[in-house]
Amino acid sequence: MDRLRFKLEKRLTPSPVMVFIIPLVSVLLALLLGAIFLSLTGQKPLAVYTIMFTDSLGSKYGFTETIVKAIPLALTALGVALAFKMKLWNIGAEGQLYMGAMGASWLPLTYPTLPIYFMLPGMVVLGMMAGGLWALLTAIPRAIWKVNEIITTLMLNYVAILWVDYLVFGPWRDPKGSNFPISAPFPEAARLPELFNSRIHAGLFFAIALAVILAIIFKYSRWGYSINVIGSSERAAGYAGMNIKRNILLVMFLSGAISGLAGMAEVSGIIGKLQHGISPGYGYTAIIVAWLSKLNPLAILIVSVLFGALQVGGYAVQVEGVPAAVATMLQGTILFFVLGGEVLTNYRVRLVSRNGEERK
Amino acid sequence: MNFKRRGTILITLLVSLLLVISGCGTKTPTATPTPEAAKEKIKVAFVYVGPVGDAGWTTAHDAGRKYMVEKMPNVETTIMESVPEGADAERVITQLAEKGNKVIFTTSFGYMDPTINVAKKYPNVTFMHNSGYKTADNVGTYFGRMYQARYLTGIVAGKTTKTNTIGYVAAFPIPEVIRGINAFTQGVRSVNPTAKVKVIWTNTWYDPAAEKDAGKSLLAAGADVLAQHQDTPGPIQAAEEVGKFGIGYNTDMAKMAPKAVLTSAIWNWGPFYVKTVQSVIDKTWKNDQYWGPISDGIVDLAPYGPMVTDDTKKLVADAKAKLVSKSWDVFTGPIKDQTGVVKIPAGQVMSDKDMLAFDWFVEGVDGKIPAAK
Repeated sequence: MDRLRFKLEKRLTPSPVMVFIIPLVSVLLALLLGAIFLSLTGQKPLAVYTIMFTDSLGSKYGFTETIVKAIPLALTALGVALAFKMKLWNIGAEGQLYMGAMGASWLPLTYPTLPIYFMLPGMVVLGMMAGGLWALLTAIPRAIWKVNEIITTLMLNYVAILWVDYLVFGPWRDPKGSNFPISAPFPEAARLPELFNSRIHAGLFFAIALAVILAIIFKYSRWGYSINVIGSSERAAGYAGMNIKRNILLVMFLSGAISGLAGMAEVSGIIGKLQHGISPGYGYTAIIVAWLSKLNPLAILIVSVLFGALQVGGYAVQVEGVPAAVATMLQGTILFFVLGGEVLTNYRVRLVSRNGEERK
Repeated sequence: MNFKRRGTILITLLVSLLLVISGCGTKTPTATPTPEAAKEKIKVAFVYVGPVGDAGWTTAHDAGRKYMVEKMPNVETTIMESVPEGADAERVITQLAEKGNKVIFTTSFGYMDPTINVAKKYPNVTFMHNSGYKTADNVGTYFGRMYQARYLTGIVAGKTTKTNTIGYVAAFPIPEVIRGINAFTQGVRSVNPTAKVKVIWTNTWYDPAAEKDAGKSLLAAGADVLAQHQDTPGPIQAAEEVGKFGIGYNTDMAKMAPKAVLTSAIWNWGPFYVKTVQSVIDKTWKNDQYWGPISDGIVDLAPYGPMVTDDTKKLVADAKAKLVSKSWDVFTGPIKDQTGVVKIPAGQVMSDKDMLAFDWFVEGVDGKIPAAK
């Protein structure tokens, strides 16, 4: 008696039509499921979806706020993608963002009177250094003793977040803030300029520039090629004479530095001080963004905007009386279907019998 | 599967999607507003830091909102729950102002700067920020003297403890929380001068599991009564599980742990919300910094559990009478700090300004506050 089972089989070449249709159908199916759930809980799906769209992509204010959210997502996703390219599983972007925010904040809090042409570049450098060195802490044991970087990068996230908490509750607390846990506000010279009369700030250029640079490196440079080879097979790369240890250190440092820049952009462009909770988990969402973009830097820009829209719209639906938990569920449903559809683009499901014969 | 069939399925899906969406959209009848009600509808919005079902801080605010809706039929409310205190808050508040809300209550300290920023752009909207200190022409602040209710719960805890160790699960070392711990400890030691109050910081307002774990470790360290400054009933549930006692906070938490809860220090925001919105309608609103005392009823004690003795209730009633009559307040000297230094000399009363910036613990507290520079 042959027993049947499902088998996932990789498609050799996903058809270009499918690449577009599957995500579209996935989103539609997610919206359909969401609509059923919403109507069962007494909501009006059409009104909910309308507001979800208009408040994220379909209005000027909503769109600018979507971009505001996309900037840290794109930067951390670019950082993550660089490490992932070499199969270095850096899931510490969140902590690297926090350390970057801290490094950047140090300058205006210590020397508040610096002129802008010294302040902002200084903050960029310090933010990137802090994020990069934080990541390097995990790269060193990884390079020398092959210590699993998934664990170390993840654990250091909590350390970084609590470290920033410690600073704002203690030594960096604003002396004029009635003992409330926020740093002193940054001087105007430490604020990234705002664009388009909105909250969009110059961090947008960081994200675009870095995406272009990384795209060029991945595609045309020798170094980009060696990252790829090391990622595919460390042994082959070793035979080819590539310096694996040095690249682990370098890639991890740069990956952390980019996430550190995201932290700098958040405190300088948006919040204007250091405080508890500067990121609602950008560094974690970045992993999904990087993955869905297939580590393609330019795709990351687009996917970040879509994720920004999903999150901004997700909050907005509460105006229609949708509880926050349902709003989050709706976001989760959309994500689940898109990721599921993504699997179907690259794999096909086959029903096969135990001995490998295909059933029609 | 050939393409034609795939196409058919796609179209079927699309059509059914449209049907469901449009069907649902029209199915729910919208209430036709009566002319009277439509005349003076005023839109009021609330921004909450936790979910309305947290059984704590946000539930208390939402109970106040519901009270207002009941008393004021012309008020239409919108709530935004679980809004993080970082970059998201400013957008959420802006969108509420943009959607025609005339009064916006932002109910967490971290919304202070976002509220001020948005208020600049919407001079015709009235903003009320809960628990902060910054005001503007159209921004007022409001809070209650919870420390007074906490002092009273301290009396109950001090009379109940057998081990003379009381645990206190606390969120963040900010003045509000420190003030609460100090007031509670003063209450405890007014009836039991040898008792200690052991503090654990959780660094979170809302994390049921972490709060419960903190409660468990305090119980393991010998505490037999737990108090808390958190948004969920986690700590008192930890106490209930091992047959110890707890003091609830925010709402009457007796429902969550009926065998453990001695009483709760509770918020009663409803009447204040009614008064504030009415003053906006009457155009008599001012950008005050309201810090309501126990005599206003904005803070109070929940009903006692059956284990609380009449003797204890009498002590609490006497202390409450003194607070209500304003003949005495909690931080009246002599009060020593943890190192035994007299911080408030005999006969002196701590000023509001000093209370709002509390950064030291009174004698009897076993815990540490991170030092500023």
